[in-house]
Formats: sequence, C-alpha cells, structure tokens
Amino acid sequence: MKKIANGSAIANPSRRQFVVGSATAAGGLALGMHLPILMGSAEAADALSDAELNVWVVVKPDDSCLIRIARSEMGQGTATGLAQLVAEELECDWKKVSIEFPTPGQNAAKKRAWGNMSTGGSAGIRTSQDYVRRGGAAARIMLLQAAADQWKVPVGELAVSEGVITHAASKRKTSYGKVATAAAKLTPPDEKAIVLKDPHNWKVAGHALHRLDTADKLNGGKVFSIDLKLPGMLNAAIKQSPVFGGKLVSFDDTKVLNRPGVKRVVKVNDSAVAVVADTWWHAKTALDALPIVWDEGEGATQSSATIAARLQEGLTADNVFAHRNEGDAMKAIAASAKKIEAVYSTPFLAHGCMEPMNCTAKISADRAEVWLPTQNGEASHTALAEESGLPPAQCEVYKLDLGTGFGRRGGTQDYTRQAVAIAKQFPGVPVKLIWSREEDIQHDFYRPISQAKLSAGIDADGNLTALHARVAGQSINAFFNPTLMKDGKDERLLQGFYEKPGDAQLGYTFPNFLLEYAMRNTHVPVGPWRGVNTNQNGVYMECFLDEVARAAGKDPLEFRRALMKNHPKHLGVLNAAAEKAGWNKPLPKGVFRGIAQFMGYGSYSAAVAEVSIGKDGKVKVHRMVLALNCGHAVNPGQIAAQVEGSVAYGLSAAFYGEINIDKGRVSQSNFHDYGVLKLADMPKVETVIVPTYDFWGGVGEPTICVVSPALLNAIYAATGKPVRSLPLKNLQMA
Amino acid sequence: MTTLNINGKMHNVTAEDDTPLLWVIREQVGLTGTKYGCGVAACGACSVHLNGAVVRSCSIPLSAIKATDKIVTIEAVATPVAKAVQHAWAELDVPQCGYCQSGQIMAATALLAAKPKPTDQDIDAAMTNICRCGTYQRIRAAVHLAAESMTHKAKA
Repeated sequence: MKKIANGSAIANPSRRQFVVGSATAAGGLALGMHLPILMGSAEAADALSDAELNVWVVVKPDDSCLIRIARSEMGQGTATGLAQLVAEELECDWKKVSIEFPTPGQNAAKKRAWGNMSTGGSAGIRTSQDYVRRGGAAARIMLLQAAADQWKVPVGELAVSEGVITHAASKRKTSYGKVATAAAKLTPPDEKAIVLKDPHNWKVAGHALHRLDTADKLNGGKVFSIDLKLPGMLNAAIKQSPVFGGKLVSFDDTKVLNRPGVKRVVKVNDSAVAVVADTWWHAKTALDALPIVWDEGEGATQSSATIAARLQEGLTADNVFAHRNEGDAMKAIAASAKKIEAVYSTPFLAHGCMEPMNCTAKISADRAEVWLPTQNGEASHTALAEESGLPPAQCEVYKLDLGTGFGRRGGTQDYTRQAVAIAKQFPGVPVKLIWSREEDIQHDFYRPISQAKLSAGIDADGNLTALHARVAGQSINAFFNPTLMKDGKDERLLQGFYEKPGDAQLGYTFPNFLLEYAMRNTHVPVGPWRGVNTNQNGVYMECFLDEVARAAGKDPLEFRRALMKNHPKHLGVLNAAAEKAGWNKPLPKGVFRGIAQFMGYGSYSAAVAEVSIGKDGKVKVHRMVLALNCGHAVNPGQIAAQVEGSVAYGLSAAFYGEINIDKGRVSQSNFHDYGVLKLADMPKVETVIVPTYDFWGGVGEPTICVVSPALLNAIYAATGKPVRSLPLKNLQMA
Repeated sequence: MTTLNINGKMHNVTAEDDTPLLWVIREQVGLTGTKYGCGVAACGACSVHLNGAVVRSCSIPLSAIKATDKIVTIEAVATPVAKAVQHAWAELDVPQCGYCQSGQIMAATALLAAKPKPTDQDIDAAMTNICRCGTYQRIRAAVHLAAESMTHKAKA
C-alpha cells in the first residue's frame, strides 16, 4: 500500500522513500497484505506490530492512525474527506492520521471488503460515507472496550478524545496505541447497529482542514505514474489510427530500428502501433519517423458538417423517445399568446487531463502487474486479467494518484490494455507506455455532441404555459454497451431533466411539458466528461428560460421562481446565489449579470455571473457566485476548491472547447489549438455552501453545469442577443 | 557527452543534441518533479529556472545549454522566495492533483524574485501555466500571500 503521511508541515516535507518493485519481490507483508510500493525496511518491521482494527483502521504503537482509502485521489480531495469521516467516528488525533490505498487485488482477495473502488459520478464520498464512518466507529468501540477490559470497569464510564482514553472515577488514562493490540483481538461490533454522530456535532469532519496530501506536491517529490522508475524498464510511445475505427495495415520498422535506443516496433491490437525504446524520447521520435499504413475505414467520410446534419435531422424526426409527456405541450404552445423557439448546439470536448495517459505493465508467465492513474482500479484489474490472459488472482493493480481524471480514466481502460498488450511482448520486463499530448487530444472519449430545440408558449400575462424540449445527440451508454439501447432510449442524455427526485431532477414544474430524445450516434468515441450531460442540458434549459423570461418581459430570477414552487431545494440554492451576488443591486457601468440553476449528482447548484464586453468583443468574466447544496459538507475548503475548479473547467469549455472532425479524425492536437482557461481569465469565484443535512450529494461535478448558462445569460443581458452555440471563441460579440 | 549544471551538481549526460532539456532532466538525470504536459511550450508543466529565469524545458534542445548555464528544478529550488511560495501554497491548499504545481511554483518564484510586490496584472502576465484542476484563484492569492510574508520578514 502506498502511504501518505499527514503533510501539513512543509518546512521538512515528507520525502517518502519510493523503493519500487513488484509486490512479490518486495515481500513486505503487513497485516497479511502486499505492499506494492514498499516502505523502508525499518518501517516495514514496525508495521508488524501495528494493529488492524478493521479494513479501514490500523493503529500503531505510537498512537498514529492509518486510515485506508478505497477510492482514487485525482485532486478532488476525496482521500482527505474520507479520512475526516473515519477520524470523526474514530475519535483519534487528526494530527496523527495518515492514509493508504488498498489495491484492487487486495480488494478482490478480501471479497471486496473495501467495497466499490470506482471514483466517478461525484460518488466517492456520498456512496461510501456510511460504511467508512461505521468502520471508524467500530474501531473506536473496540479500542474503548479493550481499555475497559484492562481496567475492569464498565466501558460506559470511559471517555475518549483525540485518541486518549480516560476513566474519570479512577483518574486513569491510556491511549489508542497502547490498547490497539488487545482491541484488534476483540470481536467486532455489529456495524449496522452503531449509531453514528449527528453531523451538527462533528469536530473533524465538516471543517475546512488542510489536505493530507499537499507536501510532496510542492517539492517535486510526488511520484505520479508517469514518473515511475522500475529496474530494467523500457518505454513505449503509441500511435493509434487517426480515423476512429480505422485499422493498422502495416509499418516499416526497418526505417527506425537503427535509431538510438530503439528495441522493437510492435503492433498493438488491431488499430495501433508502438515503438519500444530505452527512453520515451527515443521511442517517441522513432515513432514520428515510422512509415505507417492505415486502413481508415468508413469513418473517413465523416466530418463536423455531416455529424451536425445528422443531429439537425434528429431535431425534427418522427418516432423519437418521449421521456416526459405531461399535459399537452404541443397543443398549449399552439394556443399560446406568444411562442418562443430556439435551437442550441454544443460540440465534442476532450478532457485534456494534465498528466497524459500512461501505464506501466510488467507481464511474466504467472504474474501480471500494472502501475497507473485510474479512476476505477477494479476496471483496471479486469482489463489486466483479460488482456494478459492470467487469472485475476495473479494480477495486481497499483493505483498512483492521478494527475486529474475528469471521467477520462474510468471504465474504458484503453491505455491499460495497450500497455499490457505491449508488455506481453517483453516477458518479465516492465514497459511504461506514455501517450503524447497529441495522442491524448485525438484519441479521447469525448463529451458527446448534441443539439436541442426548445419551444415554449406564454400567455397574455407573461406566464409560461408549456415547454417542449428535444435533444438530439450521441449516447454514451450506446457507445459503451450498445445492447442496452433499444428504440433510442437513453435517459442519461436527458440528465438534469428528470422528473424523479434525488439525482438530476429538473427544478421546474411546467403546466404542459414534452421532453424528447433523438439518439444520433457517430463514429467518434464518447464518454463521461466532468458533469457529463448536465453540461449541455444545463445550457439548453437555462439559456432558453432566459429567452422566454425576456420575451415575457420578466426578470430571469423572478420568472424562474414562479416555476419552482414544487422544488424548494432547487429554489434554495437559486436564492442563495442571488442573495450573495446581490441580484437586485446596481452593477458598475458596462457590467451585466446572468443566473442559472440546475441539478446533477444528487446536489443542487446555482450560479450568478458578472461580465462585461470590451469594444473588441472580448468577454471578461469579473465574478462568479456559486451556491451548492450537497447535503453534507465534509470539508468546506475542499468543496470550495472543487467549485473553483468547476468554474475553470466550465469556462474553458464555454470560451474555447471544441473538437472538430475532418475526414473522420480530430482537427485539434494540443493546448495551442484546444485552448483552455488560464489564470488571467479566471474570475473571482465566491462559493456559498448551503447544506441541509437530509441527503448526501456529490461535489466534484454538480456546479459545472451552471457555469456556462450563467455566463451565457450574462452575455445575453449585455448584448440583447442570445448565445445558442459554443464555444464563444467562434462568435462575434462586438 | 554533454555536461550540465543541474541543481548545483555537474551531470554528464549522453543524449542527442536535439533532445529537449525536459527529457534530459527526466530520463537522463532522473529528476521527475519537472513534468511533461504538452511538449510545445503551451502549458508550462515543464518549467525550470535557467540562470534564474523561468523557461519551458520541453522546447529547449540540449544543444542550446552550455556547461556554464545553471539549471534549477523543483527538487532544489530553495531560495527564501521559493520557500515563501511553497509555504503560501501549503497555507492556502493550492494544489489539487498537483501535476502542474511544480511548474506553477517555478513560475511564481521567478515572478517574485523579479517583482517582490506583484500586482494582479503582473500575476496575469507571468502566471500563464495551465492548470486543469482550476487552482488559479488560489495561485493568485498564494502569490500575494508569499509577497506579503517576504515583506513582513524584511521588516522584521
């Protein structure tokens, strides 16, 4: 397991010793588990005297507590948040907490004792908070019982604070470290029967504590997967068919085998070729010089124009899937005093993870191992077993913290399979595959492209009488598992428009409402992208409602409020954002506001944007206020960081994000033509967290879906012209 | 063979002349705190100090480096300014994933060395490294905090 010490002091930053080897070679067994990245030998010996209370908590003789984290850490702060939840119930000393990550192989061997390891859908904390808190509480109960047994007093007479157990009557005192060995031998309590603390009384959770994993991010000491060094390791660079769906026909390796460091050129599955060399730079430059022949396939006929035409056809086609049909929207719109209609479009988007895709694999006859950044270690484990052909019990996955994920490194595991396919051709030799940034931008699982047509009717008093929304776009589910799709029914494309409460419910009640989806798939691979379909749908609904409000002569905030009487939580965040932003207060000359609310990942979000537009047409975002009700706020400081990050990611998409298709392949190739937001354009972000403590919602993704619509509505307020297509860089504002 | 002065130590490296300094640092010298992000000087993850100035090492060929040039990477940046930056980064919990932060810290350190009291406009102009987590707001605040802490120390 990888260990991370509590890293608040940077004067003497923890320089973890990264003695890296295979788990079996390392041979370090602590608590019956392999150590993928071995501790120093003195530490390893010390580990043998550690006491494992349960799968979540290990207490050491020096009172320090090791808390295990099953989910992946990719910057979102989940590891610190989960540790806070365990520590809260454990009642240990937070200053003595460190964390470690069990491996997917260990999880499989223990019949998934750590539960689901997948880290996506903003679910890391909300779907595991209950059992990790129970794990912390169970450990506390055992530690107290061990002290009570030792002192022969009723456990109810003991008190504990920060890992120190006291018995007031006899004035005795001990600590977790002293009773841990005895506690570990006790029968664990029934975790389901444990009464957890009232969150209003939290002391460790619920507070903006510093992250546990900062120190080695400041001095270059943190080892990402791309930084891994293994003895005898080779490096691989890969090129995949430029056209999606194309196949590798041939390559002429005689042209590059004489280049420095080059070991071999290898076919990777059917659609890619890799050069393996001593260094990655040697591999990459040889690959650039390698003559390759591709069979581009049918995809080569496709372009952004043909794809757009297919979506447009979907906007008016018959026989589409009606997800919601309440009242008679078409009739009500036809009979309305005023009718408003608009068509919106959003492009494909790449993730642009800061750490490029990479995976190191070492495959021998009876053992397969990978080291990688992954949002889903168990999916990596499955991919490793399938691709290596070895039984899962002989496979191990070492998760290293990700240099961002954003949904790119979840279930697909394309880079994992490639690394294994390459390494299989070098038995027993570790091979590190690194994608170039160009490969990353051109072979992503893109945010799906879609268009939407919305129409609404308003009566003589300016009240909305009916709304019809149709989305035509590509289905993620259809791409990953086409057999699930029948008759074009993929509700996920309507994320944020659901009637059902709890996850991504629409926050409005329309007197008549027709919601339709026309599935129009393309040859471009698609996948989850931070916020997934709430991004596009948030733009469609929230920008359209601003158009309707203005047509009705009403204030966009008041117009929304009138439709939200049945949705108090949606309304709550909308009001919180409006209040913090000072919605009715005057703005400096030339500055305009826009507002939006939407729901995704079990949380409620709203935003107010303040923008001005220069004479040159340049849009300047001055300030964004975001309100979030995520139910429980485990670490408000990290929640604010996720909101700030969502603003940056959302504004990157709104201003610059666009993946175009020409002759079946991606036109963009790197950050110079796939632009992203930089510091100078980052607005001042104010985060208002309004938890209601009656549910558990997500944090990493929910707020991104209100960023673009709030911005676009502010631009609409400034120009009087609605923005209906993204990105903004393609539009003339002046 | 080329001789490089990296972090105050002389390193003899064997690499082709056109090998980018980034890959010499990562693969020949073995210092991996300096990151690969784009390879085209667009993101700044590879930022190092060359004779005190911040440069993007992915786009500087080995042949452009002289033995007298002083290269400093994130592993060894240790001036009082750099320490103030690292402390401010920790205080404000700037890093999320951390991948770009080596480059951000090298850029901020160079900025503060040149301009001990930078304005927001100075920060806009100097801090052009990409962060996909979106830590920009905290980076700005941390640069100001580091500047304040140095002023405080200078007065004390």
